Amino acid sequence: MINIGDSSSRNTEADLSTRIAGVTFKNPIVMASGTFGFGKEYAKYYDVNELGGISGKGLTLQPKAGNQGTRVYETASGMLNSVGLENPGVAAFLDKECAYWETLDTVRIVNLGGNTFEDYVAGAELIQKDADTRGRKAVDMIELNISCPNVKEGGIAFGIRTCDARELVRAVRQATSLPLSVKLSPNAEDIADMALMCQEEGADAVSLINTISGMKIDVRRRRSVFNNLYAGLSGPAIKPIALRMVNQVAKRVDIPVIGMGGITSATDIVEFIMAGAAVVQVGTYNFMNMRAGQDLLRDLRQFMIEENIASLDEIRGIV
Amino acid sequence: MGTVISNERLADNVYHLRVSGEYGGEMGQFYMLRAWGAYPVLSRPLSIHQVADDGIEFLYHVVGEGTELFAQLTPGDSINLEGPFGSGFPAVTGRVALVGGGIGIAPLLYCAREIPGCDVYLGFSREPFRTEEFRPYAAKLTVDVGGLILDNVDFAEYDHIFVCGPHPMLKAAQLKGIAAATSGSPVNVYLSLENRMACGIGACLVCSVSCKDGQRKACADGPVFLAEEVIFHD
Repeated sequence: MINIGDSSSRNTEADLSTRIAGVTFKNPIVMASGTFGFGKEYAKYYDVNELGGISGKGLTLQPKAGNQGTRVYETASGMLNSVGLENPGVAAFLDKECAYWETLDTVRIVNLGGNTFEDYVAGAELIQKDADTRGRKAVDMIELNISCPNVKEGGIAFGIRTCDARELVRAVRQATSLPLSVKLSPNAEDIADMALMCQEEGADAVSLINTISGMKIDVRRRRSVFNNLYAGLSGPAIKPIALRMVNQVAKRVDIPVIGMGGITSATDIVEFIMAGAAVVQVGTYNFMNMRAGQDLLRDLRQFMIEENIASLDEIRGIV
Repeated sequence: MGTVISNERLADNVYHLRVSGEYGGEMGQFYMLRAWGAYPVLSRPLSIHQVADDGIEFLYHVVGEGTELFAQLTPGDSINLEGPFGSGFPAVTGRVALVGGGIGIAPLLYCAREIPGCDVYLGFSREPFRTEEFRPYAAKLTVDVGGLILDNVDFAEYDHIFVCGPHPMLKAAQLKGIAAATSGSPVNVYLSLENRMACGIGACLVCSVSCKDGQRKACADGPVFLAEEVIFHD
């Protein structure tokens, strides 16, 4: 019988760590943007420093009130969301949340969205300026969200066509020296082409997949339940698609892939690692189990013991 | 993890669930409950109906897949509870009225117990339920079936009014509160809002509420808000 908490056990010898652009993730479990706030809320329920990382609530240059009307609707093994990037804006984040992020011992990722090309670049410049002043004590990486399906301008428009996204990735890359991952849309015309473009433009990693554009109709009211008509589908329902896309992209690019989409178990994480992901992000599962990070980490360690795997490198990309 | 003590059908699609264990909370707060595995994906927020020595009680209306699964629970079944969450009704003194419409009476029984001498107004479109449980606590109990319960409440008589019920009733209560204040009878009207939730703790922002000072979270800043702060969009 192996005691999970026993530091002398084989378990703690298993190497769960990964480095991306000089940033060390102590384990592959990162909380996905939009599902974890800035970490504070969940810190009341378990030690979020156990996590590999946190991708914060998506930020835009200016504060956004988000979408009106229904913002979430359940589907078969998933959920549609139409939050519409409600957020306090980059400056307010840097002013009010970074002090908390400075206290964390986990990788802290700013998820940066935008309405316009200029917004994205200005947002990246602000974050870079803060990092120059603060000395990278609060932000380890930027995740450029070119794929939010729930904002009318920008967002998804950049995430569909590689040619549209290239100039944006290039400009943001020039605006910041922080490690940069680009979060890709499954709605892209060709997600592998998009990832390759990100690599060519100097991105340090790609994150995929964002939610899949979906819809729910209220048949009695004869209208979409969402004011925005469409919404983003996440959860276990999208896992097979996400896994396939991570595998396709990992085979095409040399930069690390941050994989996500419907992870609800340690074996799901292992699947993504085997498909080629460097680390994974966990989103909707936080709503199914508020101690998701803690439980997944425990179960992943157990899996490593059971399968006698010493390092995630042994299995990464083997499929 | 709690254990179901009883799960009694009270009226058409309305159930009274009792769960054993040491659960607490303030009046107006809620728990996130799930009695299943991975599907449905989201837990369901239910407000505290009563806190008892042997456990906690909830009232719920069967409206979808989650609450249908709740309705199938029998004594001895396991159910997962997380909470208490949210910011509930304030502890107040003075002349207090509790006004509930339909399943909206759910959080008010615990309030009645905590506020001795309050007046209680309960309205139902059809079959009333759990009305007698209020009688030991209420100075005055008014039950209305088929009408508009707010018509029975003179807002000028009270310092504080707690309201929980369907959306139109909440909007009407807001307007009556404003009218009372305008005519020289200031009254604090508190609304318990129902909203779709995912995380329950303020992280996901799907339950956002438009307020005069910006977007607030029904789960963490609410579910109880001062009526005058809330902006109703429809």
